[in-house]
Amino acid sequence: MTRSWRYAIFFVGAGLIAALYVIGVYGMPHFGSTFHPYRDRAVPAAVSHRTANVVSAVNFDQRAFDTLGEETIFFASVIGAAALLRPSKEEREQHSPSQGGHVMASTRFAGYVLLPVTLLVGFDVVAHGHLTPGGGFQGGVVLATGLHLLYVAGRYESLEHFRPVEKFEYGEVTGALAFAGLGFAGMAIGGSFLANVIPFGEFGQLLSAGTVEVFNFAVGIEVSCGVVVLLAHFLRQAILLRGGEASRS
Amino acid sequence: MNDIVLIVLLTLVAAGGTAVVMTNAPERQAVTLSVFGVLLSLLFFSLQAPDVALSQLAVGTAFLPLMVMLAIRKIRGGGR
Repeated sequence: MTRSWRYAIFFVGAGLIAALYVIGVYGMPHFGSTFHPYRDRAVPAAVSHRTANVVSAVNFDQRAFDTLGEETIFFASVIGAAALLRPSKEEREQHSPSQGGHVMASTRFAGYVLLPVTLLVGFDVVAHGHLTPGGGFQGGVVLATGLHLLYVAGRYESLEHFRPVEKFEYGEVTGALAFAGLGFAGMAIGGSFLANVIPFGEFGQLLSAGTVEVFNFAVGIEVSCGVVVLLAHFLRQAILLRGGEASRS
Repeated sequence: MNDIVLIVLLTLVAAGGTAVVMTNAPERQAVTLSVFGVLLSLLFFSLQAPDVALSQLAVGTAFLPLMVMLAIRKIRGGGR
């Protein structure tokens, strides 16, 4: 197929999608308008459970079942990626520490300064998920990527030393099981799956919103450990493993 | 005022997405993808969705480009 034909097909397809999008969006209420039936129901429901961050109330209280599904998708995709990235028969691990490239002193300094700051911010985002924007997922990703500043600032070996992958695998499973277990606890105590059964506390305080923050911690553990496991498999493939199809070609 | 901010950001996001598609080498694409992630995050923030903006910032600017870079490095068979 020639280049001009490909462009022609692209512009026809893009034009059709643009037209469908305009038709689909045109009838929606204007952004920031007063007509908002979902808000009129979600905000009072969040306030009645003393949850300051309404998004967290929707995610972990009103529609926690959706989030359980999303957690399961995340869990399954990490397992799937880990299975795909396992070493093949021809690949061998190569440890050659002397080969490490030169890291600039400023990069090293910035990495070591930012490492504790990033981990603290990540923990803060998880811990205040029921109060301010953020939560288990966002904080978990920050925690996991923050840990990899060890690799940016130092050497791969130092990252490997502080990151025993098997422990993080257990962590991911623990987080996922905690989420589902809390759901069953809600069924046993509150009469419905994923029900908010812990006392709600005072609006806007650290101890408030009932199970919302506990769910946030479960998700934070699962996501941070899952991202670490995922990146560990990518890093091992890219740095340690030699041989097999990829490097032969 | 708010509309102007949204129009500017929507235009920037459209330009950024086009820039990612037009970037030839995959390793450079990882960088433009990261910039595109920041633009998207700013758009979500100005649409009053800070939770989504935070997710986009964490995943789109650090995690995703890092995975792309590592995958490219593996394919090229380069050293550390």
